[in-house]
Amino acid sequence: MSGLRANLAVARGGFTLDADLDVAPGQVVGLLGPNGAGKSTALGALAGLVPLTRGRVVLDGTCLDDAGRTVVPVERRGVGMVFQDYLLFPHLSALDNVAFGLRSRGVGRREAACRAHAWLERVGLDDLAPARPRELSGGQAQRVALARALVTDPGLLLLDEPLAALDASTRLDVRADLRRHLGEFAGCTVLVTHDPLDAMSLADVLVVVESGRVVQRGTPPEIARAPRSQYAARLVGLNLYRGSSAGTRVALPGGGVLECADERQGEVFCALAPHAVTLHATRPQTSARNVWQGRVAGMEQHASTVRVVVRGEPDVLADVTAGTVADLGLGPGSPVWVRVEAREVHSYPV
Amino acid sequence: MWVPAAAALAFLVLPLAALGVRAPWRTLPQQLLRPEVGEALRLSLVTASLATVVCLVLGVPLAWVLARATFPGRRVLRALVTVPLVLPPVVGGVALLLLLGRRGLVGQYLDSWFGVTLPFTTTAVVIAEAFVAMPFLVITVEGALRGADRRFEDAAATLGASRLTIFRRVTLPLVAPGVTAGAVLCFARALGEFGATITFAGSFPGVTRTMPIAVYLALETDPEAAIVLSLVLLAVSVLVLVSLRDRWVAGAAT
Repeated sequence: MSGLRANLAVARGGFTLDADLDVAPGQVVGLLGPNGAGKSTALGALAGLVPLTRGRVVLDGTCLDDAGRTVVPVERRGVGMVFQDYLLFPHLSALDNVAFGLRSRGVGRREAACRAHAWLERVGLDDLAPARPRELSGGQAQRVALARALVTDPGLLLLDEPLAALDASTRLDVRADLRRHLGEFAGCTVLVTHDPLDAMSLADVLVVVESGRVVQRGTPPEIARAPRSQYAARLVGLNLYRGSSAGTRVALPGGGVLECADERQGEVFCALAPHAVTLHATRPQTSARNVWQGRVAGMEQHASTVRVVVRGEPDVLADVTAGTVADLGLGPGSPVWVRVEAREVHSYPV
Repeated sequence: MWVPAAAALAFLVLPLAALGVRAPWRTLPQQLLRPEVGEALRLSLVTASLATVVCLVLGVPLAWVLARATFPGRRVLRALVTVPLVLPPVVGGVALLLLLGRRGLVGQYLDSWFGVTLPFTTTAVVIAEAFVAMPFLVITVEGALRGADRRFEDAAATLGASRLTIFRRVTLPLVAPGVTAGAVLCFARALGEFGATITFAGSFPGVTRTMPIAVYLALETDPEAAIVLSLVLLAVSVLVLVSLRDRWVAGAAT
């Protein structure tokens, strides 16, 4: 078991995916990115459903795809896949769905049923063995799909948005179960998601993909602390700027200057949390060195806070209380002063 | 719009009503028990069933090729498949004679090498019916295959299923309602086949004289028998229609 080493290059129409993925046995790598970033294409290429234009896929020392030269077809790759809408065969019972992979690989009827039962029991659904997929709830269908993918003991497990089709209340339970099963799984796992919470809670390593390119990789805490793209920053809920730093002063190309906590030279990213931003009606009398004027461009209620989009130099997202919004009489177009303490602004090299 | 619509409905329904009105209801049981009627009905059911089986065995793979394979000339092939649909059946019968007749392109070798002559046999009836009915099956199944979600086949492939296994265990069950509907349409068309059959297979009692041919012949000599035979065909058609509707409803529900 040496894990997965993949160098994926797929050109389709005007779109090209070019991404390297290394996954150690037992590790869960989360592919994170906006719609159309190429995440599903990457999974398809690993599964063998999408041919590689260039590059190679090596799983546990076996070359699965060498850009068309030595291609192991899908059905002989030993890859388990959970599709976004599960794709349970509608004409087969839950048990037969789970047993399908075993039967296809030549396991006898009785043994296949026995092993499928064991897996249904493992995901807590043994009593639903005779049920058809349309009789299953979303969470149950997801568990059956997982059992179907894992029963054949694949070296590589691919999960395509495994929780996206679930409603918020079942999602929590299913996520916890999925996390447990992934923890017990000895093979490599690649998980595709655009949900930051799924990514953070399920993956050991995150790979952020945008427009077919890897823009950042790191552990979830690393990415949460220091995102390297606007997309990643939005996911983890930070304001992100890029500029050139001299000492603690960072000049932003779009206008504006930020005073940071860290001393650096050259190109840097600056990140600051929306809740560290305060808004004022008049120029605040303060020792804070980051004070600038802007206009409210939008507001959105988030649980107990209001997220205010302020256009200025630079633009910034601020989380304030409903009380602040009322006191300042904020509305679209309102002029507003922005204040951020320098110690709340963190810079890191590009 | 209502007046022409009513006229159209009357046009479609009144002939059938006439059939019912003029039917010799009192002598119906005796008429039905006549050996010629039973013979023609049995022959029709057997040949139409065999023709349906032939269409299923050959037509489903053809539908699969039309729906799934990409090759140059696929559109031309599809057009060729639908030719028997619009071709006058008599022309189909003549064409079959020219191919499989005793002097036909292939028929002469069947005759001289194997001593097999097809025209004017029950086999010829099955061939004529299958020729005319196969497009109904192919078009229906092709539509079902195009409508089926191919990602189920991808899912089956990731589970280690070979192409044949995928076709047998996933694709076919998914399009089963379409296959059934196609087979029923195919059977109904085969059952009513007249032109190609009488041209290619003739009209020998018990061998090639199917119900429609028997109706046509009886009309000149024994109109009452013709009406009775027509009623039987009508009953079978209604039965087919009802079964088809149930299948379609069931198909839509899954």
